[in-house]
Amino acid sequence: MSRLNVATVWLAGCSGCHMSFLDLDEWLLEFAELANVVYSPVASDTKVYPEGVDIALVEGGVANRDNLELILKVRARTRILVSFGDCAITANIPGMRNMLGGSEPVLRRAYLELADGSGALPQAPGLVPELLEQVLPVHQVVPVDVYLPGCPPSADRIRACLEPLLHGEWPVMEGAELIRFG
Amino acid sequence: MSGPGATAVPAQARLCSAAGCRACGSEAIRSHLETSLAERGLAGRLRLRRVGCLGPCGAGPLLALDPGGARQGSVIFGGVTRADADSLVEALAAVRLDSWEPQAAQRFDQLHPFFRLQRRIVLENCGRIDPESIDEAIAAGAYVQLKRAVASSSPEAVIERIRRSGLRGRGGAGYPTGLKWQSVAGRPGPEKVVVCNADEGDPGAFMDRTVLEGDPHRVLEGMAIAAYAVGARLGFIYIRAEYELAIAHLRRAIEQASGRDLLGDVAIELRVGAGAYVCGEETALLHSIEGGRGTPRPRPPYPAEHGLWGRPTLINNVETFANVVPILREGADWFAAIGTPTSAGTKVFSLTGHVRLAGVLEVPMGTPLATVVEQMGGGAPGGVPIKAVQTGGPSGGCVPAKHLDTPVDYESLKELGTIMGSGGMVVLDATTDMVDLAAFFMGFCREESCGKCVPCRAGTVQLHDLLRKHLERRATAADLEQLESLCHMVADTSLCGLGQSAPRPVLSALRHFRGDFLALLQPKASAVP
Amino acid sequence: MTVITLTIDGRSVATASGATLLEAARAGGSAIPTLCHLEGLSPVAACRLCLVEIDGDSRLQPACVTAAAEGMVVRTTSPRLAELRRTVIELLFTEGNHVCAICVANGHCELQDLAVAVGMDHSRLPYRFPSRSVDLSHPLFGLDHNRCILCTRCVRVCAEVEGAHVWDVGWRGEHCRIISGLDQPWGAVDACTDCGKCVQVCPTGALFHKGDGTEEKEGHPEQLQVLVRARQQGGAP
Repeated sequence: MSRLNVATVWLAGCSGCHMSFLDLDEWLLEFAELANVVYSPVASDTKVYPEGVDIALVEGGVANRDNLELILKVRARTRILVSFGDCAITANIPGMRNMLGGSEPVLRRAYLELADGSGALPQAPGLVPELLEQVLPVHQVVPVDVYLPGCPPSADRIRACLEPLLHGEWPVMEGAELIRFG
Repeated sequence: MSGPGATAVPAQARLCSAAGCRACGSEAIRSHLETSLAERGLAGRLRLRRVGCLGPCGAGPLLALDPGGARQGSVIFGGVTRADADSLVEALAAVRLDSWEPQAAQRFDQLHPFFRLQRRIVLENCGRIDPESIDEAIAAGAYVQLKRAVASSSPEAVIERIRRSGLRGRGGAGYPTGLKWQSVAGRPGPEKVVVCNADEGDPGAFMDRTVLEGDPHRVLEGMAIAAYAVGARLGFIYIRAEYELAIAHLRRAIEQASGRDLLGDVAIELRVGAGAYVCGEETALLHSIEGGRGTPRPRPPYPAEHGLWGRPTLINNVETFANVVPILREGADWFAAIGTPTSAGTKVFSLTGHVRLAGVLEVPMGTPLATVVEQMGGGAPGGVPIKAVQTGGPSGGCVPAKHLDTPVDYESLKELGTIMGSGGMVVLDATTDMVDLAAFFMGFCREESCGKCVPCRAGTVQLHDLLRKHLERRATAADLEQLESLCHMVADTSLCGLGQSAPRPVLSALRHFRGDFLALLQPKASAVP
Repeated sequence: MTVITLTIDGRSVATASGATLLEAARAGGSAIPTLCHLEGLSPVAACRLCLVEIDGDSRLQPACVTAAAEGMVVRTTSPRLAELRRTVIELLFTEGNHVCAICVANGHCELQDLAVAVGMDHSRLPYRFPSRSVDLSHPLFGLDHNRCILCTRCVRVCAEVEGAHVWDVGWRGEHCRIISGLDQPWGAVDACTDCGKCVQVCPTGALFHKGDGTEEKEGHPEQLQVLVRARQQGGAP
């Protein structure tokens, strides 16, 4: 069986899901036998999301223009998109800013109200990505094929999801061990 | 008794004093007319009377002119202005009242289909008597049937007559009234209660208000007869606070009737609701009377078994009670012969929306919708074709134009995916966007959900948002699919009738006008809102 | 005591007449999910998770308030029920702000468990992210409205068991929220006896002890049941 092209993507999340992925420890060696890591913030230097990706683990919600552009590209170039962790699935912690009702109150809170008096709203078009009005779960932006909940999903859970996929099978995601949020 | 002398009966002008006509200034015209007649010394030649609803509310203010003497044939004038009132006084002064033709007002004679095709049983006194005068009500026969029933019929005999008449609940569900009475009567215990549900809340429905404003004694007598039949001594009328005039008329009627000891052993009290639509649901209504939050509870137990403060309770709608007196007066067979075999009697409808003549009318059950909408109501203004008729308000659905030959009865409307409901009939012309209408009704249910059960509280919100997504052209085929499945979920799982029927306008629109939804869809999944 | 027999999920179950379908089903080994229901408190049939199919009844009926009857044929699971239950849970998750990762009840939450039970690996309905408040005015306890699912267990336990009736539901529809006193801060309500029963029966992290950190709040509804049973027995001659 040929090796699959696997990517991991980091949107609006704390990178905890990626850390948990690294907790797979020695299984990573097995993983490396089965997959080429073609794009990943923790295991690749590639800056542009490539074509022909078989499996992408997407961590984080869609919070800004960069996230949005990237996820659209990821969806277009990926066969199986895995919503990786609670932020990707529910917007989770990044999504808590949604309760403030838009991006403007969030920026004001962060850069003015909580600043030491010299605060200013960040304005660098093209450089600092513009916030979306709401942080969205990935599946509200593009279709998702597999959901892998957890904050973060444990290494075992990641493996239970990824291993079947690498062998061309759909994982059965059910029961507290595999789909409990949090 | 002597017959009326040719000169003994003066001409009379009956002015509608119901809420619809008041809203377009009928009271000012009445007082102007009164003053003018007095100033000209003509008060003795034209009897000015304040009455309940005359019918075509949309054409108000309404005035009915009875020629007096031996002459027959009342004429109703709509859109009466102050100038018309002046010219009426002039005509009276010149003794040519018969040929009075007002400038502004619209003239309807009794042969107009709006009147000709009606069969007024519930509304027989509406527009004929002064609703604030118990003497006029008594002159029209009020409280005779109650007295007769108590004096010469057993409670069982009364129930049997109601059962045999085929009367079904006019609040919307159409439960056989006699059966309901029977089950309350059959419960043990002396402390039973009769409740009149006057919490009419469907947008576009004002039948009950019309009855209560125009002939309150009719409802009180019906309740008192029901109380006698089931063995209750306490009655409540639960009425929404918005119905100020109906409340005033009811208060007065209760005072007058109990003052003259006409209600028998029954004490009837008024309870004014605080504006929650869900309080029209019977268990929520009972909670509200008890002083609690207006939230429904699961049935069984039904109120007949466990009602107000745990007592066996009979709850009927205003129009149901208003049918009791004519049934006892004319007989069960007489009533059963009106309408259709499964839906006996008449139904009062409030006709609104895109229709030339909006108002309140009463027709035999089984009358085709087209007769009501096109003949009586005159179709949509401007000759625009009719697209559909919405019945049953936020709990109902629509009847598309091609099915307008459907007879109005409980079963036929149900087959089309809508309900009889309490009698609101909203005409929709070809310019109507059914998605917009569905979104309006869902917004209404979202607002009116009591919040007790999850599917109604949270489901109506999601449904409303999904419908708005369609209206904003952001929806995809997947959203439409979700809309439909969530509709079924909310209908199947909600605790009370409000949630169970909230999706019906959407499902009905989807059934008959799916194209309206498809036309709004985005070809592909949209990105970000 | 009369015994009646009915069929639940294909099994014949004998139960005392007067028992609810929920009691009969659980005794017969069928697991029906519940959320607003709690033994010891009056049933309200509000969460709709315990709806079951009954032969000859066109409507689904809530097992918590439906009386078991002789000869009844009941199904507590079916693809249709599974779909409806998952949607109920999705509606609950999306109408509030349930961030399990940072919740005091994480790992001990009935809502979280039910999400697993109904197979909810994501919500198909969009999250609504409502703006809700937190009441920390009570010296011992807190109320986070973001996590409240309006099951009204707190309202009932306080009124029916403690007899203090501190809690009620205010407003309507999507604006409903649990209120203390006359919509006063909890700490300002004199009627509160600080007994903590509401915290014990709360199925989520909405009501919590102030010292609780993430994952540290465990509900103890069984303590209520011990109390209620003791009272019933103590009351008997």
